[in-house]
Amino acid sequence: MTSELPVALGARRDHDIAEYALRLGDDALILCQRLCAWVTNAPTIEEDLALSNIAVDLLGHARVLLGLSGRSDGTNRSDDDFAYRRTEREFRSALLLELSNGDFAATIARQLAYTHYTALLYTELAASADEGLASFASRAAKEAEYHCLHASQWTVRLGLGTEESHRRMQAGLEHVWPYAAELFEEDDLTTRLDTDGTAVAPARLRAAWEREVTEVLTEAGLTLPAPSWQATGGRSGLHTEAFAPLLAEFQSVFRQYPGGHW
Amino acid sequence: MSAAVRLNPDQVRARVEVVPDPELSMITLADLGVIRSVREGADRVIEVVVTPTYLGCPALPLIEADLRTVLADCGHPEGRVTWALSPAWTTEWISEAGRRKLAEHGIVPPGAAGAPLQVRLGLGRPCPNCGSVATRPLGPFGSTGCQTILVCTACRESFAHMKAV
Repeated sequence: MTSELPVALGARRDHDIAEYALRLGDDALILCQRLCAWVTNAPTIEEDLALSNIAVDLLGHARVLLGLSGRSDGTNRSDDDFAYRRTEREFRSALLLELSNGDFAATIARQLAYTHYTALLYTELAASADEGLASFASRAAKEAEYHCLHASQWTVRLGLGTEESHRRMQAGLEHVWPYAAELFEEDDLTTRLDTDGTAVAPARLRAAWEREVTEVLTEAGLTLPAPSWQATGGRSGLHTEAFAPLLAEFQSVFRQYPGGHW
Repeated sequence: MSAAVRLNPDQVRARVEVVPDPELSMITLADLGVIRSVREGADRVIEVVVTPTYLGCPALPLIEADLRTVLADCGHPEGRVTWALSPAWTTEWISEAGRRKLAEHGIVPPGAAGAPLQVRLGLGRPCPNCGSVATRPLGPFGSTGCQTILVCTACRESFAHMKAV
């Protein structure tokens, strides 16, 4: 009897880690797909390269996290299983990441929100009690820091550029900010994992995130948006109308050629 | 099987270390600093432990395939390639020889990893063509994720720089 309790707790923790890794992995995967759409459409060839390189980094993050999720939940599903064999409702990504790209400024606004969040998150997560999450985060934090630099530079450049670029950058921020709030949403899962040192409760990152983005926006002559509402639903699989077309495109090759590889 | 003799871990390591990086073929995996260990596991299967440079680096599957080929050539077709994410790879692990070879091929080697990332005033890495430090970033990423493109304001040439991480 005495041995049953720790086993049950261990199983619960593994399940929690699987779900947590799934959320973070889905965020990276979906944003990766969105950023890929900029290739050949970005303002300059250097920016084509930048956004596609950031997308490749995110794909790497997604692969590690989704693999970790499959090992933790006992199903041994691979990163490909997660990416290609799930329906809309099974994705746990925040709605911010699936929003259509909008103009370049809106894309940069999303990058600003997401990269400052991940840079802070992964830096803390590198000290996680879970070895898989910790080793992932120790590497990913360095990459996120570089993505942060890219987003911050563009925010300043657009904010201080022309009247039009300033207007669009501010509009992009106003558009994505209600969705950025979802990244800091709390539930029982994040509370449990934060308590035992496995994960970082997103709310703990919020003050530092606001300080960092405010600093960039101030330098850019832009105003920190104060949204009157907050998006929710992504973490429980309820997505926006933009998500189904994204997933259809993302999974189309796999659906046409199931099991195919080259 | 191409080798009847099964080489020992030290011999395998020597063969593994000279494998060229798939993207930066002027340097070896040892120069790059990604080979952590070559050892025999409890099950007598030989294992090469490698640390990825970047998690999404497209060269990773190629590195793994190249290492499997080397293992088979060394008489260990059942050998394993294991990726160790922690401690995270840093450009500090690139050897002096690796830095020299990068420079010889026009890629300015990385500076100190601890140095703060400079945001707006240019990285100041000396131009490999004229030596001027009046250089500024042209794009945050180059032909590979680990490189960045700078342009020299003196001679107007652009050049690749491996960024410090």
